[in-house]
Amino acid sequence: MPLDMTELRRRQRGRNRALLIVLLALAALFYALAVVKLGHYH
Amino acid sequence: MSETAAVDREFLPAAVGDWIALLKPRVMTLVVFTALIGLLLAPGHLNPVLAVTATLCIAVGAGAAASLNMWYDRDIDAVMRRTATRPVPAGRIAPGDALGFGVTLAVASVLLMWLATNIAAAVLLTVSIGFYVFVYTMWLKRRTPQNIVIGGAAGAFPPVIGWVAVTGSLHPMPLLLFAIVFFWTPPHFWSLALWANADYQRAGVPMLPVVAGAKETRRQILLYTALLLPLSLAPWWLGYVGPIYGAAAAALGLGFLVQAWRVMRDRQDPGGVSLTGDRPAKAAFRYSIAYLFALFAALAIDHLLA
Repeated sequence: MPLDMTELRRRQRGRNRALLIVLLALAALFYALAVVKLGHYH
Repeated sequence: MSETAAVDREFLPAAVGDWIALLKPRVMTLVVFTALIGLLLAPGHLNPVLAVTATLCIAVGAGAAASLNMWYDRDIDAVMRRTATRPVPAGRIAPGDALGFGVTLAVASVLLMWLATNIAAAVLLTVSIGFYVFVYTMWLKRRTPQNIVIGGAAGAFPPVIGWVAVTGSLHPMPLLLFAIVFFWTPPHFWSLALWANADYQRAGVPMLPVVAGAKETRRQILLYTALLLPLSLAPWWLGYVGPIYGAAAAALGLGFLVQAWRVMRDRQDPGGVSLTGDRPAKAAFRYSIAYLFALFAALAIDHLLA
């Protein structure tokens, strides 16, 4: 069934936002891990 | 291209919800909960950041295994009513994408577990993912009615991994938690299989009701539930936990036995097929989920109040 472009854009936007959240969360997690792990050596 | 132009459904990218569905989030909640209890009960201290990371890795590892399961089982999922709407058989996610998603998450979760905790926890996480994908999904599921008995081991790993993430070594207590989830799995899945029998039959999956019949399945549900009761009391008998857990395990186990007895005594035809729409089996399935949550919650309460 053909769907209009609005649905396509909506899904692309949803996927991009989810990816952004995952990447930001991963950056925060790796930062926190680095702080904790490096803390052991001080 | 104008916003009003038409596009075929097959060219639509999958919605975010479809990728989340690949991870079987409902199963993941039980995995995360039992892993957290393993982390909590383990002696010693793990930095909260590392504990959150370990829990995340166990959750993502379970999700990766689920995604690989959906990739491999797409043919039988498509003919079963219960699973036909999953993203891969429904055509919303390409099989290759589900495979790539699963492999990526599996590798990432294991490496991150190693980085955050220790190699023993990472190895156990690898074994649990491998067990679910290779032993259960690819080897046992389509070959033997003991599929979920042996395959149940995969779901029993999370509390052990949680414990080992803290201590780096094994102990009888996490092995008991493993055994409890292991013996809980058959009555849980066979209750579901009793009323989803037609689905499994259509897909050619040799679940116990398909191969041995409903009557034998009802007997096996009762047998495993009866074995589960003393096993769930073992952590208290052995002195690893206190009386709060012991009392909760006894009450919950007796409740589970009542459910299994009702499944056994359900009004049925000579072949054991339910004449009540499998109401007792559905009730036992729901109870089994609440049972495991409550049993592990009792472990946490007992530990925190001790």
